[in-house]
Amino acid sequence: MNWIANFVRPRIKALVGQPDVPDNLWTKCSGCGQMMFHRDVDENHHVCQHCGHHMHLPVDKRLALLFDDGAYETIELPKVKVDPLKFRDHKRYTDRLKEAQSKTGRQDAIIVAHGRMGGSRTVIAAFDFKFMGGSMGMAVGEGLVAAARLAVMQQAPLIAIPASGGARMQEGILSLMQMPRTTVAVEEVKEAGLPFIVLLTDPTTGGVTASFAMLGDLHIAEPGAMIGFAGRRVIEQTVRETLPEGFQTSEYLLDHGMVDLVVKRSDLRETLIRVIDLLTHPGVPEMPDEPVDTKDESLAIPTPEENREAE
Amino acid sequence: MRNFLNFEQPIAELEGKIEELRHLGDDGEVNIADEIARLQTKADKLLRQAYSKLTPWQKVQVARHPQRPHFADYVAGLVTDYVPLAGDRAYADDKAIQGGIGRFNGRSVMVIGHEKGGDTQGRVKHNFGMARPEGYRKAMRLMDMADRFRLPVVTLVDTPGAYPGVGAEERGQAEAIARSIEKCLGLTVPIVSVVIGEGGSGGAIALAAADRVLMLEHSVYSVISPEGCASILWRSAENAQTAAEALRLTAADLAKLGVVDRVVGEPMGGAHRVPKEMIDALGAAVERELATLSELDVATLRRQRREKFLAMGRDAQI
Ligand SMILES: [Zn+2]
Repeated sequence: MNWIANFVRPRIKALVGQPDVPDNLWTKCSGCGQMMFHRDVDENHHVCQHCGHHMHLPVDKRLALLFDDGAYETIELPKVKVDPLKFRDHKRYTDRLKEAQSKTGRQDAIIVAHGRMGGSRTVIAAFDFKFMGGSMGMAVGEGLVAAARLAVMQQAPLIAIPASGGARMQEGILSLMQMPRTTVAVEEVKEAGLPFIVLLTDPTTGGVTASFAMLGDLHIAEPGAMIGFAGRRVIEQTVRETLPEGFQTSEYLLDHGMVDLVVKRSDLRETLIRVIDLLTHPGVPEMPDEPVDTKDESLAIPTPEENREAE
Repeated sequence: MRNFLNFEQPIAELEGKIEELRHLGDDGEVNIADEIARLQTKADKLLRQAYSKLTPWQKVQVARHPQRPHFADYVAGLVTDYVPLAGDRAYADDKAIQGGIGRFNGRSVMVIGHEKGGDTQGRVKHNFGMARPEGYRKAMRLMDMADRFRLPVVTLVDTPGAYPGVGAEERGQAEAIARSIEKCLGLTVPIVSVVIGEGGSGGAIALAAADRVLMLEHSVYSVISPEGCASILWRSAENAQTAAEALRLTAADLAKLGVVDRVVGEPMGGAHRVPKEMIDALGAAVERELATLSELDVATLRRQRREKFLAMGRDAQI
């Protein structure tokens, strides 16, 4: 497959004469390694046409894919104290934050959006993995709290879409505290009688998995996503044995009872709309055209008198 | 035989000398007793000096001290008529998390906590306090029982973290921790948590989403171990000391951040030096919290617990 990268791309470069463009024209599938036109990848929602591998879908595109006509609004994230621990490793945390902000154009690793799905109001809280690995600190926690409150206010279901390496270490214990905080948030949605649905995307690990992401009424996962608590390397170092085939994938979690459905990206919107509709519009039993004749002897319950006569 | 930590070596040497002199002693030579007294004063002074300014990394060592009192010690010292309860009714009994009913100052309580084990054999049996899903599910079962019989819940946190294993992942480690947090937050009875040693990440918060969270003076509580943090952010576990400082994992820092409600002082030289004193101090601290909480009605209790966590971190500053 590499001959494509090495041969075709330079040729296109030569033909087009614009050295920057070819990098954007071709995308290599992270599953099978095939090269695909960027345009085709985009049209196929970043799913490989060759092997069906679900590649990373930018969060804007994901929201556009899910909401009716791709239309939604986002809310401003609540302001949080920046760098409460004054944390620095090789870099200052504040510098890492600024870099991530300029790279993604976002305040932090979460986007809270609302719009309609299948005509019904829906709130979605989606993680941006590109923002410091989707790690969860105060801002992400506040985003989920805000999303939950918005859902309750709009009497709308909440869909959480994690894509996260877990807690944001640079916020120390406060990142750990997002586990109970986000749990309180989703409890508010559940107590309002509204569905809380989790759409697990690649990857979802650590403190994110071990809190709100495992507390959904329904857990839906994209094919092949990596979902787990402990990281692969940590487990390997602990157990000192090779990990089972497909360990911590969506399909593995389905086998072990942790998710309800593994759904292809192309079917996600329809599936979400259907389950939310079933949960929120219970309807009334449909009556048959001809009412059942309750006097029909075969169905009638014998009266005590009839019982005595039978004796 | 006392285990000495690295930074306690000068104290260890002095105490060794004192011990030798004691064996020599009593042959009528007065100056031996004087010498012992002199060395003892010096040792006490060194101990006080060392423990009054422990670095975060040194606190990590103290928190992990093998002779530090464990769950079993606190239960033995504080709870009468203790009945240990076992099993999650689904898969197994996880010995990394212990729990049972008993009387604490006369009232029935449900006490749950991590047990690291006291000796090599015990540590293996209790998996070094690293629980698997069935441990958290047992804790949840006991919390349900506490709710049903209106028993306050006391949890003692002492774990390096949840166990990272294949079976644990298969059986839903993340789900078990998430549900356990949810269970703590939903309790209709008071819950008081005390970090008695190591509060290791998700494995700790699973039992510590409580009305009141207490920490012993030299215990630590963190989102990741300093070693783990160092190997990720500094790309070398050797920077654990630096990571321990950056993470703000000491009781004093966590109290400042508003994550911990109260710090319980330890005996001079740490809980492992005078376990009895530590156990009594913990008992008194828990009693004080339970007494206040027992005056609240169910709705207030649950609302305050949730509001406390929602507000947490909003004004946090070191
Ligand atoms: Zn492919």
